[in-house]
Amino acid sequence: MRFLLVEDNAELADSVVQRLGLDGHAVDHAATLSDAEAHLEVADYDLILLDVMLPDGDGRDFLARSRDRINTPVIVLTARSQISDRVGALDQGADDYITKPFDFSELEARCRAVLRRRGGLARNEITLGAAVFEPNAGTLRHGDAVMELRNREIRLLEVFARNPGHILSKSQLMDRLFSHDEDVTENAIEVYVGRLRRKLDGVGVRIETVRGAGYRMSL
Amino acid sequence: MSVQPGWPIARKLTLFLAAIVALLALVSWGMVTSFAREAAGRTQDNILAASATSIAETLRSEGGQVRLELPYAAFSMLGAISEDRVFYRVAAGDDVLTGYADLDGPNVTPGEPSFATLPYRDMNVRAVSVMRVILADGEAVPITVTLAQTRGGVQGIAAGLSRQAAYLSVAVFLLAVGMSAFAVRASLRPLNTMAQHVSTRGPSDLRPLRRRGPPELMPLVRALNRLMDRLEGSIKRSEDFIAEAAHRVRTPLAIVRTQAEIALHSVEEEAQKQTLRRVIRAVDDSSRSASQLLDHAMVSFRADDLARERVNLPALAEGVADALRPTAEMKDIDIALAMSPAEVEGDAILIQNALRNVLDNAIKYSPAETIVRISVGNGGGEARIAVSDEGPGFGEEPAAHLTERFKRGDKVEGVVGSGLGLTIAEEALSAHGGRLELGRNLEGGGACVSLILPAA
Ligand SMILES: Nc1ncnc2c1ncn2[C@@H]1O[C@H](COP(=O)(O)OP(=O)(O)O)[C@@H](O)[C@H]1O
Repeated sequence: MRFLLVEDNAELADSVVQRLGLDGHAVDHAATLSDAEAHLEVADYDLILLDVMLPDGDGRDFLARSRDRINTPVIVLTARSQISDRVGALDQGADDYITKPFDFSELEARCRAVLRRRGGLARNEITLGAAVFEPNAGTLRHGDAVMELRNREIRLLEVFARNPGHILSKSQLMDRLFSHDEDVTENAIEVYVGRLRRKLDGVGVRIETVRGAGYRMSL
Repeated sequence: MSVQPGWPIARKLTLFLAAIVALLALVSWGMVTSFAREAAGRTQDNILAASATSIAETLRSEGGQVRLELPYAAFSMLGAISEDRVFYRVAAGDDVLTGYADLDGPNVTPGEPSFATLPYRDMNVRAVSVMRVILADGEAVPITVTLAQTRGGVQGIAAGLSRQAAYLSVAVFLLAVGMSAFAVRASLRPLNTMAQHVSTRGPSDLRPLRRRGPPELMPLVRALNRLMDRLEGSIKRSEDFIAEAAHRVRTPLAIVRTQAEIALHSVEEEAQKQTLRRVIRAVDDSSRSASQLLDHAMVSFRADDLARERVNLPALAEGVADALRPTAEMKDIDIALAMSPAEVEGDAILIQNALRNVLDNAIKYSPAETIVRISVGNGGGEARIAVSDEGPGFGEEPAAHLTERFKRGDKVEGVVGSGLGLTIAEEALSAHGGRLELGRNLEGGGACVSLILPAA
């Protein structure tokens, strides 16, 4: 996905750009609202991540001003957790909000939800052997059959699909699948890998267990 | 905040005006009475003088003798006034020629009649004396004619007039009091309307008063508007301050969390990963606590002056479910809604916040790939939003204390929490006269938390 991040704190912006980059997203950074306008004039984005407190104004005012010009979905990054504030942002035309500090898996889930709602989800097809995996839609097409994948299956398959031939450790996969406040054992990963194996049956793609190291998907 | 009411202005003004009117009525009554008495007295004097003069006119000398004919007309004139008794005396010096010898008139000089009010035979009489000098045998003899009349008639007339005046004064008094009460109420009406206008406003309506009104009220209106301005300003400032403070605290937290996630991607060693996970957890924990502390303060603040608007619970539940669905999806938890119409009266933001905390708990304590069910309904005068999950439930322990501040249950290992969620929910509900019910989900075996509100 292509993001425009509007955030005045350079350090946070850098980290967010870097972190989203790890998941394969392209992010442009604007430090002010006028900067953001300039970016929006020359490029198209899938999503705008908008901080509410910016040096040259309130992000919500910007939203209210530009809602009819800019059709890109907006997720507001707020420092406040009060519902009234969130409601205010949504009233002003944001599609969703997320409170700082945020979990990037949750941010991604919210982005997907917003894009799905807006019908603006770019087709993003990954060919896996004889099947086509569409992470944004959460489907795996194999011939005439369309399999629905659950959220964790999607995320897991995405990691494998983006790193074919690489060994992924259980702990790496766990960080990807589970939130850090969940108490899960490494066995939980085996359950999800087992399911993916069943769904990939006959596709010509295999997830192998590498003893003592983790898993590897081979095409 | 209790206000000790003083004397109502309307009553004070009415009483004040009534006192003035009473004084005026009393004075005017006194004046009328004294005028009446004086006028009646003067009439009597005039008649007495005329009668005495006409008696004196009949005096003449005849062969050195002074003679007198009492004219009937003189007495009939006196009789015209009333039934009063009349006395007379005609004397030359000290020689009484005719009449009542013991009647003493006022001292008199020739030409001018002189008057006096005297006691006579246990009565009060008005007496007039007229002197005429008669020539008898070439000698000038001064003759005094004294005429007296009791004062019953005069007093009667005066009393009658005074009584009339009293009736009139009382009538004027009553009318004036009634009118001033009306006038007072009419002139206080703008004040009452203004008070009503201010008191029927919502708790957060701080717009300036724009009512037209009498110029006397303008200082009050201006003062109120200034006060509201300042209030709005200070609320805005403290809101801005909280926003700014939250921003300052949360931005570095976000940096730490993001950096930790990036590091988690690149480090290989499990021990280092563990440390980073712990950092992330601590950040989440403190962020969540901060949110809930703020929410808690906000709930207490809003509960003090509860807004009262119609709240459509199914729509509200749907909104909250939509907001949390991505969070649930992370654990592959489905949120299922079963709605029937239900409306309550209250503060939508508070109810939303209560439901959000309860739903957040349900997602938090549920295992992956389960269903959280929200049902909304109405029955027995109560509206109910029930949130049931398939998590560990509340167990056998009495659940009531879990709504206390910072109280957490005993099955919370590994779950981030501050122990404020249920407290917030309970406070928001009880501000509406509702309550929180912690029960067991009979189908899935988990918890069932119900938000109960009086139906609108
Ligand atoms: N849906 C639920 N399932 C099981 N236990 C719950 C649930 N909701 C709340 N609890 C229990 O109630 C306690 C208090 O809840 P809460 O006030 O929200 O604080 P916390 O931040 O610990 O979740 C929790 O610690 C937990 O033990």
